[in-house]
Amino acid sequence: MSARDEILRRVRSALTDVEPDPDPVAAPRGAAPADLVSHFAERVADYRATVVRCTADEVGAAVAAALPAGARVVVPPGLPEVVAARLSDVRVDDGLSAAELDQVDAVITGCRVAVAETGTIVLDHAPGQGRRALTLVPDRHVCVVRADQVVADVPDAVAALDPGRPLTWISGPSATSDIELDRVEGVHGPRVLHVIVVGEIEQQ
Amino acid sequence: MTHTFVGMPPFPVAAREALADTQLRHNLGHATATIRGKRDQVVAEVENWEELRLAGAAVKDRALRGLDQHLVQLEESLTDRGATVHWARDAVEANRIVVDVARRHRVDEVVKVKSMVTQEIGLNEALQAEGIAAWETDLAELIVQLGGDLPSHILVPAIHRNRAEIREIFRSKMGGVGRAAPSELSDDPAALAAAARAHLREKFLRARMAVSGANFAVAETGTLVVVESEGNGRMCLTLPDVLVSVVGIEKVVPTWAELDPLLRLLPRSSTGERMNPYTSTWSGVIPGDGPQEVHVVLLDNGRTRALADEVGRQALRCIRCSACLNVCPVYERVGGHAYGSVYPGPIGAILNPLLKGTGDPQTDSLPYASSLCGACFEACPVRIDIPEVLVHLRSKVVDGHRDDRIPKPEAVAMRSASWTFAGGRRLGRAERLTRLGIGVGRRFGAARWTATRDLPTPPKESFRAWWKRTDGRLDR
Repeated sequence: MSARDEILRRVRSALTDVEPDPDPVAAPRGAAPADLVSHFAERVADYRATVVRCTADEVGAAVAAALPAGARVVVPPGLPEVVAARLSDVRVDDGLSAAELDQVDAVITGCRVAVAETGTIVLDHAPGQGRRALTLVPDRHVCVVRADQVVADVPDAVAALDPGRPLTWISGPSATSDIELDRVEGVHGPRVLHVIVVGEIEQQ
Repeated sequence: MTHTFVGMPPFPVAAREALADTQLRHNLGHATATIRGKRDQVVAEVENWEELRLAGAAVKDRALRGLDQHLVQLEESLTDRGATVHWARDAVEANRIVVDVARRHRVDEVVKVKSMVTQEIGLNEALQAEGIAAWETDLAELIVQLGGDLPSHILVPAIHRNRAEIREIFRSKMGGVGRAAPSELSDDPAALAAAARAHLREKFLRARMAVSGANFAVAETGTLVVVESEGNGRMCLTLPDVLVSVVGIEKVVPTWAELDPLLRLLPRSSTGERMNPYTSTWSGVIPGDGPQEVHVVLLDNGRTRALADEVGRQALRCIRCSACLNVCPVYERVGGHAYGSVYPGPIGAILNPLLKGTGDPQTDSLPYASSLCGACFEACPVRIDIPEVLVHLRSKVVDGHRDDRIPKPEAVAMRSASWTFAGGRRLGRAERLTRLGIGVGRRFGAARWTATRDLPTPPKESFRAWWKRTDGRLDR
């Protein structure tokens, strides 16, 4: 008997006393915060990430301000031009090797959805967000989040996302608590996460 | 790095040694108190935490009750998305599969995402036997691996080490296996993390094959989920050409939507964060992005044995958050090594006997490594009634010794008690001797028993003696 058939046989014989539950489980939801975008901004800042809010006209300036002078910057194909408009030295990712990405200081991307309750941004790596390595190897990630991309909580994000795409959920810069359970930011992923929330602030 | 848990002494022996280590107790006390505080805070933020726990338990129960269908569906959806699915009955089969993939690609090293299941099957040792180096890339696993040590916690395997010890390990060991630690390395956690970053980046950038586990595997969509903090997981899952994920069959989640409660329960229970820094999900091969050859090994290795135990199968709901360890008064004092397994603490005390079966002295000692205080059940995000399973497994351990040729002292005591209680006259006679018996026991025979338990103070007069003296009338 193949390993597959043997394991399935063992599973079936272990479960003769129970019937399968046919219906998916729906989990309870919490109350949504009144101001989703402010809630999101506070929660992101809690991870020692930098959060800036601006209007649509100010995105280029906000992105430029997020980068140290002389930083080598990479952007994914499909990033709206206005986002990187103020930058002089920008390389568009055309399949850079990991070693080449390691020589880059910063990356600028958008995202697919953002979660207010947990301060999480989710990339589905569509155009404008880049392949997965792009937001991983460089040390600084500048992420532009539109206010209308912010949802209340995890169930909203799960419902909005396509599981067929690769997904990266990011909550603050990379961190570890492995040394005496002291949180240290910056291990293998980007050490700096800079989130720019774009939207007319008075409308939120 | 050939250290394994094989041949560990039973819990009481190992625990005694651990209790004598004051450095260990200090490190553990500090770490568990810190994490308890953080967890309490973020759990209190969730208004419907209890309902969420019920939902998390229900999702995992649903997954287990229809496990055969979900596994078949998982295999199909993974295959549809370009992954190769393998099945492994036990550790030997699983290791063979991973080694074969490595051999086919002629790699002499693999990078690894922290994974309990690959420790359970001894994958690093199996790879090493074939001349393939397996590099652990989680900071704590790196500390454990470089130190020639064993993990002592599910989430933070180097919890028993403090910063000074970690600095010594990095300074003396990193240079032997790659980029050396800076010679002026301080014991500041940020400096230690930076040394690990530099040491491992070299390996990430050149590695052609990675091995991971998975926190969840969605049957409906063939999506694997890895939850982590440091970005080492993302490095392994993204940069190499070949990825092999070893997945216990109990990791199945039936539908994409049912990931929701689990993604809300896990980080708050585990690291005491609202969300862990990174969660990666992928379904098979993603053209042009990440590994272009993806293997998934579905592993039994005792899980179907646990599934067949009607009381114990709830342990397979475990999402490896480690909340039960951090609240356990026993774990806090003895640490993880005393449990003699990659699964320590309360969950390890039930999972190991369930996966391996009872009968081995080390495994049989685990259901007793508890005060049954119930804190683990309160903390468990998927409501595993660990105390209930502990008591159930104790009865199995006792049943397993009923026919021993040389019975345990407890069994002799219980058998003679049963004989005594069966006859009124015998009981009366025994009661007259109780005070004497306990006195003698205190002094001689029961020393081992009373080292960890109290003997009751006997009454001045037994009920039978009182009845005889007063004929059932009230005393005057």
